[in-house]
Amino acid sequence: MAAEKRIVFRSSWLPWVLIAPQVVIISVFFFWPAGQALLQSFQQSDPFGTSVEWVGLENFVNLWRDDTYLASFGTTATFSALVAGLGISISLVLAYFADRVVRGSTFYRTLMIWPYAVAPAVAGVVWLFLFSPSIGVVSYALNQWGFEWNALLNSRHAMALVVMAAVWKQLSYNFLFFLAGLQSIPKSLIEAAAIDGAGPWRRFWTIQFPLLSPTSFFLLVINVVYAFFDTFGIVDAATKGGPGKDTAILVYKVYFDGFKALDLGSSAAQSVVLMVIVVALTVVQFRFVEKKVNY
Amino acid sequence: MKLRLTLSALALGLTSLAAQAQTEIQWWHSMTAVNGEWVNDLAKNFNASQKDYKVVPVFKGSYDESMTAAVAAFRAGNAPHILQVFEVGTATMMASKGVVVPVGKVMQDAGFKFDPSAYVPAVAGYYTAPNGQMLSFPFNSSTTVFYYNKDAFKAAGIDASAPPTTWPEVALAAAKLKASGHKCPLTIAWQGWTQLESFSTWHNTELATQGNGMRGTNARLVANSPLHVRHIENLGNMAKQGLFVYKGRMNVPEASFVSGECAMITTSSGFYGNVAKNAKFAYGLSTLPYYPDVAGAPQNTVIGGASLWVMSGKKPAEYKGVATFFNYLSNAEVQSASHKRTGYLPITMAAFKLTEQSGFYKQNPGTDTAVNQMIRKTTEKSRGIRLGNYVQIRTIEDEELEQVWAGKKTAKEALDSIIKRGNELLERFEKANKG
Repeated sequence: MAAEKRIVFRSSWLPWVLIAPQVVIISVFFFWPAGQALLQSFQQSDPFGTSVEWVGLENFVNLWRDDTYLASFGTTATFSALVAGLGISISLVLAYFADRVVRGSTFYRTLMIWPYAVAPAVAGVVWLFLFSPSIGVVSYALNQWGFEWNALLNSRHAMALVVMAAVWKQLSYNFLFFLAGLQSIPKSLIEAAAIDGAGPWRRFWTIQFPLLSPTSFFLLVINVVYAFFDTFGIVDAATKGGPGKDTAILVYKVYFDGFKALDLGSSAAQSVVLMVIVVALTVVQFRFVEKKVNY
Repeated sequence: MKLRLTLSALALGLTSLAAQAQTEIQWWHSMTAVNGEWVNDLAKNFNASQKDYKVVPVFKGSYDESMTAAVAAFRAGNAPHILQVFEVGTATMMASKGVVVPVGKVMQDAGFKFDPSAYVPAVAGYYTAPNGQMLSFPFNSSTTVFYYNKDAFKAAGIDASAPPTTWPEVALAAAKLKASGHKCPLTIAWQGWTQLESFSTWHNTELATQGNGMRGTNARLVANSPLHVRHIENLGNMAKQGLFVYKGRMNVPEASFVSGECAMITTSSGFYGNVAKNAKFAYGLSTLPYYPDVAGAPQNTVIGGASLWVMSGKKPAEYKGVATFFNYLSNAEVQSASHKRTGYLPITMAAFKLTEQSGFYKQNPGTDTAVNQMIRKTTEKSRGIRLGNYVQIRTIEDEELEQVWAGKKTAKEALDSIIKRGNELLERFEKANKG
């Protein structure tokens, strides 16, 4: 690998000015709300904020005592693993084939990028319409083939539904990065391998896949964050966390308690917990997974 | 000709002058489809009836969304004048001090005679504070009723003019419907509201202590009585046999009745407008089923729907406008027309009598079901249900009942769990609103 390039600024203030816009954006859109959440997690107040009471760790203690909250950690783990795993692998396959397509590649690529323009709630509704037990086209077909599809009462079906919607929604994003990654691999490497007699399968696993590892790692981090934070709209539109609480992932409960039930203290405490989990996960990913990445 | 032109120009000028002097009243609501048209018509007719005020109805999303929007607006200092809040939010609105102005006060300050006893007791009582002050204006009050598809009944060989009134009869009818090839004999909308809350008052049994929370915030859920367990167990068994088919939370199942897929449904009386407009079959309305062997049943069903709250911090002239609008809404003729149009309850006794005299109930059999279920003398156990953190409790009811329909939990386990989880929320609400 090439030696690391370092640029040294002579001026003492220029670097600060250059990073200022980024710092401002992060402060306004992350540190300020995160600080607010932290503050509110130690408070209990009525929705309108007319009476605010400091309660210390009570919101956290209440969460700890709530069995259903603890159970939703398991649900979230399953959901996130499925969304990140399926999302990354399916888009890799699609990107690989889109990269090999000679004719009409723009057409295929445009189609692949489309879902990204769809809002999460709309994605949830679209999939709900396809799979709703009463009116869904797909569920009708499934029932015709003798498969009793019922996402309203069968938790596996419900989980499958939200995972499909969440994966589909993120597919384009992953696809774009993989496609860019594949295109940046020098053709000469692949051609050389082909001349040496390596088939497409071998070329993929020994050349393209390892060279894609920075992209894959980046997407792993992004997809985990996506599954943890950005999927409440899909869950709300498709299953409302049901049946029971079987698709109620952590972020959905944050959303529900905060925006539907107006229980701001508990919602803030939950988002603090969620934040800690995601920070921890990201640290783990950078410490252990990143070691396997070749830049 | 010239004269007429001048006159009309003058008239035009006058109206535009009047328009400038009008005080605008913002009204946030959550009514969709046919009910949304109704709200717009009410505002339009009121605006046409006088010149001083202009009511502007704004659709702000579903009930919980408009409440969240109002919370944000209030914190930012630009709340609407009138906010429509569902009954589930009543305890929250009551507990938030300084956020609202009691409707009784708004009316009195504006010089309107305001007599709470003119209102249907079960409706007015629900929105009245323990000290007798009426806090919000009952707007679209509904209750739980039973709809059935007469064509499906005939096809199954059931007498369509005598709908089942008890749960054993419902089970029997469902079995016949199923035998005749019907895939969804019975479905249930608003499961927590219809099968636990209204079910309790209908059988004069407490859902929660302290008169279902009407007497104070120290109420606790007691919905695991033998009667509750028996009913949920029955429904669970019906689900297993395919007699009751679960179609989702809130009012989602209503679509499957209108489409003809499900033959019977328990849901809100406010569903009437939709059925009357969209159902392509003969339908009937009847009272919520009950268990005939329970002493005191049927009592009265519980109120649902929403009321109008007046937000604080507005100008006196604007409050006067709000009062004038509410006075217009209380008018017996306006009330009666709304009741006939939507299926929501008439909120004054005068409106009910007017509707009766007009012969509407005779022409549309069953439309008086909701009223008859509500105008009975209420008891301490049936006056209403007012719980803190109610939105979350409703969701807990949904979650636990789904476990029964899926066969994962017994009725007793689910109800015990509702009580345990619900009471934790009630304890927290009590603590948060002590001051």
